[in-house]
Amino acid sequence: MPRKVTFTAGVKGGATRELTVEVHDLDVDPWGVDAELRVVGTDAMRPDAPLKATGRAVYTSDVRPNDMAYARLVRSPYASAKVVSIDVSAAERRKGVLAVTVLTPPGRQVTFAGQGVAAICAETEEILDDAVHDVVVEYEAGRPLVTTDDALAANGRPSGKPEVRGDPDAALAAARHRVAATFRTQVQTHSALESHGCVVVPNDDDTFTVFASTQGTESFQQSMARHLNVPTERVRVITEHMGGGFGAKLGGIDQWDQAAATFARDLKRPVRGMLDRREEHLVAGCRPDSVQELELGCDADGRITVLKGTTYGTAGNGNGGAGAANTRVYPLPNLRMEQATVPTHTGRARAFRAPGHPQGLFALEGIVDMLAVERGEDPLEFRLRNDPHPVRQVQWREGAERIRWKETRREQPGSDEGPVKRGVGCASGIWYQRGRGDFVVNVRIGRDGGVTVTNGVQDIGTGTRGVLAMLVAEELGIAPASVTVVIGDTRYPPGPASGGSTTAPSIGPAAREAGAHARQALRERVARAWEVPDEKVSPKDGGFTGPDGRSVTFAQACALLDPSGVTVSGQRRPNYEGFSGETAGCQFAQVAVDTDTGVVRVEKVVAVHDAGRIVNTLTARSQVIGGVIQGISYALFEDRQLDRRLGDMVNPTLDTYRVLGMADCPEIVAVLTTMDSGFNNAGMMGLGEPVTVPTAGAVANAVANAIGVRVNELPITPARVLAALGRSR
Amino acid sequence: MSRTPTPDDGPPAPRGLTRRRLFKTAGLAAATSALAGPVRALAQEAADAPTSLGPSPTKVRTTVNGEKRTFEVEPRRTLLDALRGDAGLTGCKRVCDRGTCGACTVWLDGRPVYACTVLTVETEGREVTTIEGLGSAADPHPVQKAFMEHDALQCGYCTPGFVMSCAWAVETHGKALDEERLVAATSGNLCRCGTYPHVKAAALDAARGGK
Repeated sequence: MPRKVTFTAGVKGGATRELTVEVHDLDVDPWGVDAELRVVGTDAMRPDAPLKATGRAVYTSDVRPNDMAYARLVRSPYASAKVVSIDVSAAERRKGVLAVTVLTPPGRQVTFAGQGVAAICAETEEILDDAVHDVVVEYEAGRPLVTTDDALAANGRPSGKPEVRGDPDAALAAARHRVAATFRTQVQTHSALESHGCVVVPNDDDTFTVFASTQGTESFQQSMARHLNVPTERVRVITEHMGGGFGAKLGGIDQWDQAAATFARDLKRPVRGMLDRREEHLVAGCRPDSVQELELGCDADGRITVLKGTTYGTAGNGNGGAGAANTRVYPLPNLRMEQATVPTHTGRARAFRAPGHPQGLFALEGIVDMLAVERGEDPLEFRLRNDPHPVRQVQWREGAERIRWKETRREQPGSDEGPVKRGVGCASGIWYQRGRGDFVVNVRIGRDGGVTVTNGVQDIGTGTRGVLAMLVAEELGIAPASVTVVIGDTRYPPGPASGGSTTAPSIGPAAREAGAHARQALRERVARAWEVPDEKVSPKDGGFTGPDGRSVTFAQACALLDPSGVTVSGQRRPNYEGFSGETAGCQFAQVAVDTDTGVVRVEKVVAVHDAGRIVNTLTARSQVIGGVIQGISYALFEDRQLDRRLGDMVNPTLDTYRVLGMADCPEIVAVLTTMDSGFNNAGMMGLGEPVTVPTAGAVANAVANAIGVRVNELPITPARVLAALGRSR
Repeated sequence: MSRTPTPDDGPPAPRGLTRRRLFKTAGLAAATSALAGPVRALAQEAADAPTSLGPSPTKVRTTVNGEKRTFEVEPRRTLLDALRGDAGLTGCKRVCDRGTCGACTVWLDGRPVYACTVLTVETEGREVTTIEGLGSAADPHPVQKAFMEHDALQCGYCTPGFVMSCAWAVETHGKALDEERLVAATSGNLCRCGTYPHVKAAALDAARGGK
């Protein structure tokens, strides 16, 4: 029978809410915000840190089974073309080439530069380097639509289904203050350091072991099994360590994985199919660009009354996915926002850390700043009045204090003496992940005291191993370092795919429940040994105490177990009502802009975020800092450049596609709001995505505060800064 | 410990192969414009060399992590691919494969180099140190230990390169390692997860003798 439990969710020392929930028989009571915990909520070394710091962590790209062959795709240099003929005979004849497959037979269209037209399998990578040039393809090239502007010019402005409420036109007419502006954002590539791909090993018993660089072992397993036309359980996917994905490695297998698997099955030997850096930029996903034309109005009291606008962008050679989340955060009683995606002949977009949000908040927070300036008001005061979120209300004030908003903000923007001008800006963040699913986590305790946690879930660098170890250690009363976490393997119970910041809140509560069951199992063994009822045995510091001053340590209790130890499971239960369905955050940036050169330097960022209860504060701060760094990199540097005529990417390398480096990195202060989300037994929510949402908006607003003129197009390059300054003079 | 490689480096190669001929073998003469001064001069000499080897595999004797090792590689094979593919030392990573990101950083005669821009044949008679030779989980280098404690890693793919750059900076500058020197030493390394602040803290901490 479920039991009713009342607990307090919300912010520690701030807004809270009493929740009464029905707790499943097998689940533990929610902690609530005031729980005093020993392990959870502290800094702990991630369990895989020693392996990673010593170069011993094995990634998919490091796997080298005996007799491994290599697969690679021959790719179209044309963005829009028809394949007239394709001759692979020379490649087939080359010594060391094992097999060649045509992917686009004559007559088939190519729809982006980099599309695979043939696949080759060879003994070595050097042979592949030569063999790709042996394939002769005759194309009938068409004229590609390369950019969003090209597509608009050719096909006109697409109409999307608008989101409408109230009467936006009347509200704009009635607004005391209103501003209008167009914001543009660029295409950003994920640029994870480990490329996409897998190593497929066919086994003698018609099963396959697949090492994959994926954000979802289970989804990869399922789609690989479908491709090989075998039952799912005949494919085992292993992702022990994974060199970054940021959304691009979600979902199932790709064309290159298919090629490797087909070759491996047919040749009966291991085949590796992984992308090189150029392919990674061209074919493995990106964040869509956007053009956001916005109008914002407020009443005489400075309350935002209306937002109206149009948003369009390209997600490549597919439909949908180029929307921008520019209608969130602030209540908009009158709204009309039309969102449309225009197809172009470019590589298809994929989910990228908070899809739609960095670009949406860049524009929304930009126009909110403009409206505050129009009113002659401090933009922070304007936000505090218009933002109803109880957590963000706390965060705005905390962030302002830490960046010294009152002292660092230029009341007269651009008023610094000399060529280098400083300023500060802020922007809000928002995300929604409560966790989900019915995932099962197993915990085994051995007679020797060893504790092992198992699940199929992958750790994509976020620190999932540490989170699982800490939750189990908390329940067992032991140190997290003494818990072994074995994950990233579909031999264990399925885990969530790591997309939408879902991993920790989906699997953490199951780990906590499993830890509690493990402790109960130990307690029962101790009670049996002492020949007393369970309730006479109390947990203490990992061990147990009982009647007549009896006590055992954790190790002594484990020694009472059967030789095979004990294995228990915990399950992710449905979400409770929770405190707030949105995670909140805000960031403050301080910049220095050299008005002679146009160079923007971010000097400091304060990032205040919540994600419900934070399990490992050390790795959580790492994630916040990382989100900020990706955000600054997006705001200032990254830009996929295409050849306007051919549609090929002209900067598909890490020297020409610039990402933020050590010398560009500012001081970053990560502040985690202490709270319990109320959604699950651990009060957790997702952190990975929200932390990169506000950054570009905060940086752009800081630039405007520094130089007194806005740059509403990303990246904020020296040329754009100088052009904006030129227009203002 | 740090010095610029010179044409006199290393003992003669097997089968009377000299470094001069090695460059001929490697077919480098045509690609010299991007090479440093001394190497360019060397390659110029190579144009006059009488013997040419390759493209079939050539034997190269190198010391890797203190152990003598013979690679048998095509002259075009990079040190990175030889270390990862032939020696099984997969700590160094192939990411940009063109001398930008530093994920392949190893030490050559004690100096950090991009293993993706060094040909294996260039390492004849020289000493290579990889992350595996720097320390282990049981016996980590102080920089490796500091990386673990400061969480100076996330996905971990850039980490071996950063560790090699930071360890060189710590060993070269010792307690004199400051933020400016560290930034200079690691500006040839890229991280996509955004670990820079923790990397900085870890390396400076290691230079000061640890936590």
